[in-house]
Amino acid sequence: MLAYAARRLVLAIFTLWTVTVLSFVIIQLPPGDFVDAYMAQLSATQSNVSEQHFESLRRQYALDRPMHEQYLKWMSGVFRGDFGTSMMWRKSVLDVIGDRLAMTMVLSLGAIVLTWAIALPIGIYSAVRQYSIGDYVFTFIGFIGLGVPSFLLALTLMYFGFTLFDSDIGGLFSPEYQLEPWSWGKVKDLLYHLPLPAIIIGLSGTAELIRVMRANLLDELRKPYVITARAAGMSERSLVLKYPVRVALNPFASTVGYLLPYILSGSVIVSVVLSLPTLGPLLLGSLIAQDMFLAGTIVMMLGALTVIGTFLSDLLLMWIDPRIRFGMVQ
Amino acid sequence: MQDDRQPILSVRNLKTSFFTDEGIVRAVDGASFDVHLGQTLGIVGESGCGKSVTALSILGIVPRPGRIVEGEILLRREPEDGQAHEIALTSLGDSSREMRSIRGAEIALVFQEPMTSLSPVHTIGNQIIGAARLHRNLTRREAGELAVELLSLVGIPRAEAAIDAYPFQLSGGLRQRALIALALSCEPRILIADEPTTALDVTTQAQILDLLRSLQEQNGMAIMLITHDMGVIAEMADQVVVMYLGRVVEEGPVETVFGESKHPYTQSLLRSIPSIHSTPKVQLPTITGTIPHPYNRPAGCPFHPRCPDVIPGVCDKHEPELHSVGDEHLVSCFLYHPVPETIS
Repeated sequence: MLAYAARRLVLAIFTLWTVTVLSFVIIQLPPGDFVDAYMAQLSATQSNVSEQHFESLRRQYALDRPMHEQYLKWMSGVFRGDFGTSMMWRKSVLDVIGDRLAMTMVLSLGAIVLTWAIALPIGIYSAVRQYSIGDYVFTFIGFIGLGVPSFLLALTLMYFGFTLFDSDIGGLFSPEYQLEPWSWGKVKDLLYHLPLPAIIIGLSGTAELIRVMRANLLDELRKPYVITARAAGMSERSLVLKYPVRVALNPFASTVGYLLPYILSGSVIVSVVLSLPTLGPLLLGSLIAQDMFLAGTIVMMLGALTVIGTFLSDLLLMWIDPRIRFGMVQ
Repeated sequence: MQDDRQPILSVRNLKTSFFTDEGIVRAVDGASFDVHLGQTLGIVGESGCGKSVTALSILGIVPRPGRIVEGEILLRREPEDGQAHEIALTSLGDSSREMRSIRGAEIALVFQEPMTSLSPVHTIGNQIIGAARLHRNLTRREAGELAVELLSLVGIPRAEAAIDAYPFQLSGGLRQRALIALALSCEPRILIADEPTTALDVTTQAQILDLLRSLQEQNGMAIMLITHDMGVIAEMADQVVVMYLGRVVEEGPVETVFGESKHPYTQSLLRSIPSIHSTPKVQLPTITGTIPHPYNRPAGCPFHPRCPDVIPGVCDKHEPELHSVGDEHLVSCFLYHPVPETIS
C-alpha cells in the first residue's frame, strides 16, 4: 500500500515536470513574443516609443535568450517561490494571481459541492424509479442541461435578472465591497453572490453526473447481491443506499481528480461573461498578450491541480474499493 | 391428519406474470405444493420454467414488471398458546413491515450465483452482521460473535479472520458457504436454496449438499431446493415437484417420482441422466425441441409439442390438471386421466 502510494508520488512529480516543459514550449509556439504583441498594441494607439525601449524590454525579460535558457531561468525561480514577473501587469506573477486563485477555488468547490448535492440524489431517484414520470422529467431537464452552453445560460439569467428583478448578477461581490479589504460583511456578500455562478458553471456537469449515476446504479440494481439483501428483509431504501449506491459511487472517485481543472478551464467563457474575478479570464488575457510567465504559471497550476487531483482520487479509490486495495480487479 | 404432517408452507395455485411491453409472460402458471419442516422439497425443471420466480414469489420480491396475479401462499406459524395459525403471505404488501419481518427471519434465500450474490465492497462479516441485526435484537458485538459462530458452523476455516474478508478473497465454495451462513443468521424455518451448487465444481457441490443436509438435521428446518439437476434431487429431496413452463406436471415422494415416473416430461428428464451402465460414447437421449418462447405458449398441455406420447386432438386442445395416480403422487397428463366431459 505504501509502495503503491510512493510509486504514484514519483510518477506525479515526473508528470508535473513534463507539464512545465510542455506549457512553456506551447506558449512560445505562436510567432513573436510579448514585446511584439506589446508593440502592436502601442502602434495601434499610435504611441511613439523608440526601438531601444523594446530591445531593453527584451533584455530585461531575457526574451533574447534561447528557449531552454529561459526555461531554466524560470524554473530556478519557481523553486525559490518566484514565478517570474507578469510583463502585462508589470507585477510579480504571484501578486497578480493572488486573490483570484482563492476566488477560483471557492467558486470551483462551490460548483462541485452543488453538482454532487443535486446530481447524486436525482441520479439515485432516476435509477430506482426508472421510467417513472419523475425519471422522464429529470432526463429531459438533464439533456437540456447538457445541450445548452453555459455561457448562453449565464447571458440569459443575467438578462432576466436585470429586467425582472433589477439586480446585477455578475461578479462575486456587490460594488460597495469590490475593493474593500476582507471582513465578515464581505464574506457574507460573497456567499450571497456565489450560488448562481456556481449553478451555471456546474450545470452541464450536474446533468452529466445524473446520467452517469443513473446508468451505474441501474447496472448495480440488477446484481444478485441486491436480491440477497432484499431476501434478508432489508427495507428497500436502506438496502439501495447500503449496497448498490455504494458500489455505483466507485467510478466517481476516479473522476474527482479531473473535476478541479475541468471546472477551472471550462468556466473561462462563463467567467468572462459574468465578470468573475477568477483565473479563467486572466489566463485568456495572458495568452492573448503572450505574457508567458503569467500564462505559464497558470497552466502549470492547472497541471498541478490535475496531477494532485488524480493522485488524491487514486488514494480515495484505494480507500473505498477493497478490490483495488488488495490489488485485484474482478 | 396429524399436526406434524401439516405443511409449514403451502403454495396454492400460484400465478406470477411479467407484464412486459412485448406481452404477458406467465412465469408461474398455477403451481401448488407443500413444504414440510425437516424435509427437503426439490423443485426441478429446465431453465426458464419458473423455478426461481416461484422462490421470489414466496419471498414477495418478484422484480417489476412482474407480480403475483393469483393464488395463495400460506405460512404456518409456530403454535402460540396452543393455537397454530396460518398467515397468507400473498395478502401482505411486498414491502410491508410484516412481510419484511418474515423475509430473512422465517424464510431465507440462498441465491444461485455465489460469485455475485454478496456485495463486492463489504466484508463477509459486515453483511452477516447487518442481516442478523435486522431481525434480532443484538448489539454489534453480539452479532459479530454470531457471525463467527455461523461461519464456523458452515465450515469456513479460521472464521475469526474470514469475517474481515471480502467476497473476492474467497473461493466459490467458501463464498457459497458464507451465503448460507448469511441465510442462517436469523434461524429461518424455511431455507430456499436456488441452484446452490450450479456454479461450483463437483467436489464442492457434494460438500455444499452435505452441509445443507447436516444443517437440516441439526435445526430441523424445511429446505426448498431448486435445481435442474436430477442427481441433486435424488440425493437431497424427500418430495419432488417437476415444473414445466410455470406449471407443476408431476409431484410426489422422491422414490415414487424416480421409480414410477408417470409424466412423459419427467420420464424424458430421467432418461437424459447418464447411467453407469450405459454404453460409452453413445449420445444421451434428449428431449426434442426447446422450451417454447414464453410469449407463444402452446395451447393445451404446454409440453405437447415435445411430447413423445402426445394424443392428437386432446393434448393440443385441453389443459390437463393435476390428478392423483397413487399415494401422494400427482400427475397432470391425459394419459392417466380422461379429458373432462364438460369440455370435450
